Amino acid sequence: MTLLAARGLVAGYGEADILHGVDLSVAAGQVVVVIGPNGAGKSTALKAVAGLVRPRQGSVRYDGQEIAGQPAESMVLRGLAYVPQERNVFPSLGVEENLLMGAFARPGAAREGLARAYALFPDLADKRRDAAGSLSGGQRQMLAVARALMLTPRLLMLDEPTAGLSPRFCTLIFAKVREIAASGIAVLMVEQNARPALAIADRGVVLAMGRNRAEDAGPALLANPEIGRLFLGGAAAAEGEG
Amino acid sequence: MLEVINFYLIPGLVLGSIYALAAAGLSLAYGVLRFANFAHGELMTFGAYAALVAVGLLGISPWAAVPFAIAATIPVILLADRAFFAPLRRAQPAVLLISSFGVALMIRAVVYFVWGPTPQGYARGFTPPLLWEGLRIQPRHLYILAGALAAAFLVHLLLSRSRAGRAMRAMADDPDLARITGVPVDGVIRLTWAVSAALAAVAGVFLAIDTELSPMLGFNVVLAAFAAAILGGIGRPWGAALGGLLLGVAEELSTYPWIGEGPLLEPAYKTGVAFAVLVLVLIFRPQGLFRGMN
Repeated sequence: MTLLAARGLVAGYGEADILHGVDLSVAAGQVVVVIGPNGAGKSTALKAVAGLVRPRQGSVRYDGQEIAGQPAESMVLRGLAYVPQERNVFPSLGVEENLLMGAFARPGAAREGLARAYALFPDLADKRRDAAGSLSGGQRQMLAVARALMLTPRLLMLDEPTAGLSPRFCTLIFAKVREIAASGIAVLMVEQNARPALAIADRGVVLAMGRNRAEDAGPALLANPEIGRLFLGGAAAAEGEG
Repeated sequence: MLEVINFYLIPGLVLGSIYALAAAGLSLAYGVLRFANFAHGELMTFGAYAALVAVGLLGISPWAAVPFAIAATIPVILLADRAFFAPLRRAQPAVLLISSFGVALMIRAVVYFVWGPTPQGYARGFTPPLLWEGLRIQPRHLYILAGALAAAFLVHLLLSRSRAGRAMRAMADDPDLARITGVPVDGVIRLTWAVSAALAAVAGVFLAIDTELSPMLGFNVVLAAFAAAILGGIGRPWGAALGGLLLGVAEELSTYPWIGEGPLLEPAYKTGVAFAVLVLVLIFRPQGLFRGMN
């Protein structure tokens, strides 16, 4: 059953539109990976769903309700959790304090959330008193994901969770994403690291120049020669065709 | 030695703890709201006069009037925020700084209008200093030190132990991430103003107890409070408090006759010490004295 269905999103910053009609949909327990060249609008699409960018046109239906343009702070209680690419932890707060911030909207769920977070990412348990700013890049990503999971969202949105991470951490993060989806959470993930991300994706969506270019099962997209050429050819090839 | 302690160090610590209270409030507001609130001095003044009203109406001591001062000052800044700062929330920090200057002038005008320009005092009789092993301290100085310590402790508890304080620190770290996390941003802003105004009111009453009430009471020290906040690394209330103590002590010690007969610096010039220290810090440690000493 489809949990999130965004249709015809038009959005951008200031005067310029970045999205010119983007569709995205995710079902419970599914991992959907959004790929595409730089400037394709991948991050903007996530932000439009998360309420950080107000869509100028289009609809965002979540669990049967229209949520387009709702404020970002209201999304947590609806069960949408969003992890930005950068600046996704509170650096001066401790690891456990960061996690508690994830349960800010429903403090009653904090204790259970902490137990789940430490079970999913045992590394964090050893560092619960450390300042988040002192963590390595991979640990920060784990902390950011763990914080987003504190209130057991129904939809988890990740913006390039493996950007700048070592291959070891990339593998770990992708494995955790599968684990999270297996627990019934829908995962919508933007990735530059296209090949390994598509390999674990139920569905892949290719964006270019603010429009949907292709959508298929993850492995099918990987096997598609045109998609392969687009990505092996880099951004120039994609834009040449857009 | 005793002379230095009795007549320079103790008054320095007293002045410093008043600076510390004022600077901590400034720094807290700066950390969460990202602009320098120039109306902070006028909040101090307003708090001091609110206490004067409570003293006059209820016949209580100015110490007992502190809660009234706090209760009267918080609505002033909440009103100013609603009317002037909230519509400018996304504006440049300089715009907000100037608008806070406007708010300062408005509050000052109200103070002049209601209480007049003549300096006043909370009526108090002469109290002999407490003597102990050659140390002498005015009871009011002891109360100010204790009160400042208690206020610092309460703010520390709020910030480090409470859920609301955690949200304030999260906002100071990254307001956008705080929103995504579901923090009710407007509520945290109001709470921050309330705590900042409460600290200003306490500082104002303490300063008025130690000196006298005048419409320029707070404005005369707000620049030193800014200096203290910058000294401590702006946005860090603890650093600001330490910076305030340091400046207060530096100001008083600068008037001691360290060399020769006369004071090293004529007392009339001692407020300049804060700014001399500030300039040195800005040149040599622009990140503040305590950065990286977490």
